[in-house]
Amino acid sequence: MKNFRGTSLTDHALTAGEVLVTTWQVKAAYHWDAGLAMSRYLEGLKAGTIKGVRCRQCRRTMVPPRAFCELCFRPIDEWVDLPDTGRINTFSVSFVNWDASRRQTPEIPVVVEIDGASPGMCILHKMGEVGETLEEVRGRLRLGAPVQAVWKPAGQREGSITDIEYFRPVD
Amino acid sequence: MPYKNRVAVLGAGLTKFMRRALETSPELAFEGARAALDDAGLTIDDIDCVVSVTAPEAFDGVHMKGEYLADGSGAWGKPYMRTYVGGGSGVFGLITGWYHIASGHFDTCLVVAEEKMSPALPHPQGAFNAIYDQFTERPLGVNLLWIFSLEMNRYMQTYGVPMETFARVAQKNKRNGLDHPSAQAGVAGDFEIEDIMASEVMAWPVQRLMVSPISDGGGAMVLASERFARRMSKPPVWIEGVGWNLDTSYWTNRDLYYPRYVEKAARMAYEMAGISDPRRDIHVAEPYDPFAYKELHHLEGLMLADKGQAPRLLEEGFWDRDTLTGIPASPSGGLLGVGNPIAAAGMMKCAEIYWQLQGEAGPRQVKREVRRGVAQAWGDLMQVGTVVVMGK
Repeated sequence: MKNFRGTSLTDHALTAGEVLVTTWQVKAAYHWDAGLAMSRYLEGLKAGTIKGVRCRQCRRTMVPPRAFCELCFRPIDEWVDLPDTGRINTFSVSFVNWDASRRQTPEIPVVVEIDGASPGMCILHKMGEVGETLEEVRGRLRLGAPVQAVWKPAGQREGSITDIEYFRPVD
Repeated sequence: MPYKNRVAVLGAGLTKFMRRALETSPELAFEGARAALDDAGLTIDDIDCVVSVTAPEAFDGVHMKGEYLADGSGAWGKPYMRTYVGGGSGVFGLITGWYHIASGHFDTCLVVAEEKMSPALPHPQGAFNAIYDQFTERPLGVNLLWIFSLEMNRYMQTYGVPMETFARVAQKNKRNGLDHPSAQAGVAGDFEIEDIMASEVMAWPVQRLMVSPISDGGGAMVLASERFARRMSKPPVWIEGVGWNLDTSYWTNRDLYYPRYVEKAARMAYEMAGISDPRRDIHVAEPYDPFAYKELHHLEGLMLADKGQAPRLLEEGFWDRDTLTGIPASPSGGLLGVGNPIAAAGMMKCAEIYWQLQGEAGPRQVKREVRRGVAQAWGDLMQVGTVVVMGK
């Protein structure tokens, strides 16, 4: 076999000071204006409604909303209010946080196909009321099952995707 | 041929893949480039232009990584370009190098891939959070594993694929990786299916031994025009087809069970290579396998298996390195068996096809005769397919 170069370090070599390091911490702050379409979506969430958009050319009803139809490459024609119900397109049961630390109780990301939108039009959110262990969650959830949004109380909504606390199964 | 130059591959080289390298990013680029030049029997003076591929700046904490890597990539005083399509970058680098030469503008191109993921604290996974939509997704507290576990579950349940099948992909690739000189410590290995099935559930259905690791590493390949390649003593390998394609960034509007962007990229590359039946004309494959399910998913996108049939072919040994009648998949060991320094991992896949076609893969050499192979990578917000077909 070829003998490729490279010098492997252990974590210990770094933390024990066996090799020299320099560190830097960036504090990066941004604010993003929500733009033409997303502003109305977020306003809708604040009001307790999932909003979609329609393109008359391809006849799709799209969610999340957008200012232009990416298929037809023309501005969208119309805004519609969609129900806050849908079906599970796929889900996961995550025991890992963004920093790779582990969770005792899982998060359950879900892709929900929103009722009233065109087939395959889904949004990302989280499931709730489905248990706290992998076995419980898997026992409660199946692809295609109906779900409904659980909203924060009106006074606590701020125009964010988190105005929906989670989706719950509809029995 | 509508192109000015037919493009040859003259050599390939890698570094070791490591969880944490002592070498800096430019040093890794240099070692990968040096190994490729040595393999081709050339020096930097023979190189007309340089292409650099590397993934997000956030891993290094260095902005404009192209410039950061330029000197280590041999780009000083030369036309130089960095291209970037996330995880698809390694293979896209070869595509970019291809059109530098196909254009007729250059006779030689050094394509250098480098990734150093280890600097990011507290964990490199955090660097990926910024790929999610800042309005509809990030506030939910996302992490990278979500999208892959969501996609895997969609694929798995669409076809009813048992978990054992995915464990078998990991077993195959991790065993293949034992024979790769770049394999990262602890990544390759001879694992039992039960061990893989019992490994930690990270984000169900994704389990620890079915995920590629965090890695540092570099790699490079040397490309040349036909007139330059004909002067070399070794018969060249040719780049016969290139393809790339991007799906919508609204990933929740795609059906994740099938990578249609890979199919479109593969169709583009196969058409250019004159391939009408990939299952007959492709003899070895390096599909992108950062997760065990992705190898099967991508083999279907590459049209080397019908939709939903890659798992059955796996059980039949069709993708095994020693197969005489199937198509060996990831004989290198892939990302699951060698490691995943993102852009360099894609380059490793391209290098493997080159070595397989040259008969230089040593203990990894496939048993069947190979005249043509395909390397593929995948990236951005799981929406880009990059495909290169090589032949001799």
